[in-house]
Amino acid sequence: MAKSVRKKPAAQSRTDSVPLVELRDMSIAFGGIKAVDHATVDLYPGEVMGLLGHNGAGKSTLIKILSGAYKRDTGRIFINGEEVHIANPRDAKAHGIETIYQTLALADNVDAAANLYLGRELLTSWGTLDDAAMEAEARKVMGRLNPNFQRFKDPVKSLSGGQRQSVAIARAILFNARILIMDEPTAALGPQETAQVGELIRQLKADGIGIFLIEHDIHNVFDLCDRICVMKNGQVVGSASLKDVTKDEVLGMIIAGKCPEGAIAGPGAANI
Amino acid sequence: MKDSTNSDNAGGGMKHLAAKESAVTRFMRATEIDARLLGMIGALVLIWIGFHVYGEVVNGFGAFLTPRNLWNLSVQTASIGIMATGMVFVIVTRHIDLSVGSMLGFCAMVMAITQVWVLPQWLGLGHPMIWIIAVIVGIITGALIGSLHGWLIAYRGIPAFIVTLGGLLAWRGMAFLLARGETISPVDATFALLGGGPFGAIGAFWSWVIGLAACLGVIAIILTGRSQRRRFRFPLRPVWAEWLLGGVGCGLILGFVALVNSYPWPRGIVQQFAKAEGIEIPEGGLFISHGFAIPVLIMIVVGILMTFLANRTRFGRYVFAIGGNPEAAELAGINTRWVTLKIFALLGALCGLSAAVASARLNSATNALGTLDELYVIAAAVIGGTSLSGGIGTIYGAILGALVMQSLQTGMVLIGFDAAVQQVVVGCVLVIAVWLDTVYRKRAQ
Repeated sequence: MAKSVRKKPAAQSRTDSVPLVELRDMSIAFGGIKAVDHATVDLYPGEVMGLLGHNGAGKSTLIKILSGAYKRDTGRIFINGEEVHIANPRDAKAHGIETIYQTLALADNVDAAANLYLGRELLTSWGTLDDAAMEAEARKVMGRLNPNFQRFKDPVKSLSGGQRQSVAIARAILFNARILIMDEPTAALGPQETAQVGELIRQLKADGIGIFLIEHDIHNVFDLCDRICVMKNGQVVGSASLKDVTKDEVLGMIIAGKCPEGAIAGPGAANI
Repeated sequence: MKDSTNSDNAGGGMKHLAAKESAVTRFMRATEIDARLLGMIGALVLIWIGFHVYGEVVNGFGAFLTPRNLWNLSVQTASIGIMATGMVFVIVTRHIDLSVGSMLGFCAMVMAITQVWVLPQWLGLGHPMIWIIAVIVGIITGALIGSLHGWLIAYRGIPAFIVTLGGLLAWRGMAFLLARGETISPVDATFALLGGGPFGAIGAFWSWVIGLAACLGVIAIILTGRSQRRRFRFPLRPVWAEWLLGGVGCGLILGFVALVNSYPWPRGIVQQFAKAEGIEIPEGGLFISHGFAIPVLIMIVVGILMTFLANRTRFGRYVFAIGGNPEAAELAGINTRWVTLKIFALLGALCGLSAAVASARLNSATNALGTLDELYVIAAAVIGGTSLSGGIGTIYGAILGALVMQSLQTGMVLIGFDAAVQQVVVGCVLVIAVWLDTVYRKRAQ
């Protein structure tokens, strides 16, 4: 796709530019459980924002609100400073938000090309599916991500975990997203593929895309992220630029909810 | 369907790639023929030959493999076959529709009332527009009922099983209420042609025309497929495989034409016809071929259109994606509810069309028309390889499934089995067919 056409962003200074995305005061409850409790997060163009926290801290739920999979109870979403309404995944995609879900969310019974273009199929001038063109594009984008991938005719059910992961990633980057949400993109990958994903993230960042990255491996976090936001029990413990905190301090935020000096404390910070 | 072919290749082809391939594997891969399709055709041939030989041996007369029986078989398959194509989409998306038989009965009553009670008053009896309006009314009625079911299922979250179980009862009752249980007969004369019979068939000449056109179509599909693959530099099928597929396809089509043309009109009808037209009947009788029956042509056209819808359009792609993973389809931005509603509306419309065929065949409409059809339709789709767990199914499979069901029934009638025995056999075949399919699929993975 027209990747090269995308404009390079001007150098950013965090204080005076408008955030690409701002999630303000988001809440969602399932039954009596507050999965996300008045969380506020922002993301700037060309930045990787790491969302950290225990399992069940509310990270996945928070980003599923942004991607339109869940309906929030309270909160407002701003993109480039303008409030937007996201009620379903179609709305999110219309705003250039693409998501790689932890569960990958692939239709197992159709092939890779059909999954890449699911919901946005290429059509011929007759209005029918242009499978050949879709497969050709799929071969291009998969060639970049996973050069060894050849099984374009097989349903994705029969692919390996890593291959499925690359299909899910390819789907997200195929449509020139402005905002990318990656929920544990390297969970099913081997070391070499993980390195490829890291390289890809750097490349996308250079293209000015904002990325929310949910990641458990603290080394990957320090390797890939610019800033982090830590959540605990649905609340934001704090957010920080990775220049200002150490690995131990970040682990303290995740485990104890202790907000260090270099970070901006949120409502979930423990009072110590 | 593409999917199952692929999994065969994955299971069979890939593994053997390094080792020496057996001739069969190589053949299957070169021709890209679905093993399941071959299996179904094999089963069908077995059933046909079995009944014929049984009749030959036990009753002294094999009645099955005669032009007359096979022609009638094709006509009897039409009504169930048409609905089964729509049922495939419903089952692929993990739903079920138990109300098709009742919808058929209701639509048939609506059509009969339209063409017998209402339209003659406005247009005069026998007006050429009557049958067209009646069919359109029937199809729209079916589509509306289907939309209502689809809306309750998709937007109100009621399970399809319950909605259509309610529909099964409600529409049967409504069919009774429409005409207080009366049988409406006869239907419009032109309308009756939709049901087949000597006059509802297109004759030898047009059958050959259609057969040759279909052969050209097969060749065109092979050629365009080849040029498409070449354009994108995808691997091509070997030339001999293309010739083989084209040859077998054309051979089957022309064989079918020859078969339907070798079934002559009954002597009584020929005499009537000759008298009306003022033709002298020569010595040894006049041989007038039936040719393709109109309901069979309708079923074939529906099958082609539905296959096109399934494989070549967005709608079809979404149907299979939803069946494979409903959550993923929703997250990919597909309006799954709207697609679900459309699937049920489509099946409803097909029930309307099928009702036209069924009531035209009987030349009457009763409120009991189509009773138990839902079970035959579901059985046809399932025997045809549609998976109840969703995501897998083919249109041609459903039509073949309908043919298998009808072959069993016809065959047992011909060799003189009781109705009770017939039920037992059909029930057992359904269960065994699904069991075999499950075993096959496990091994293919």
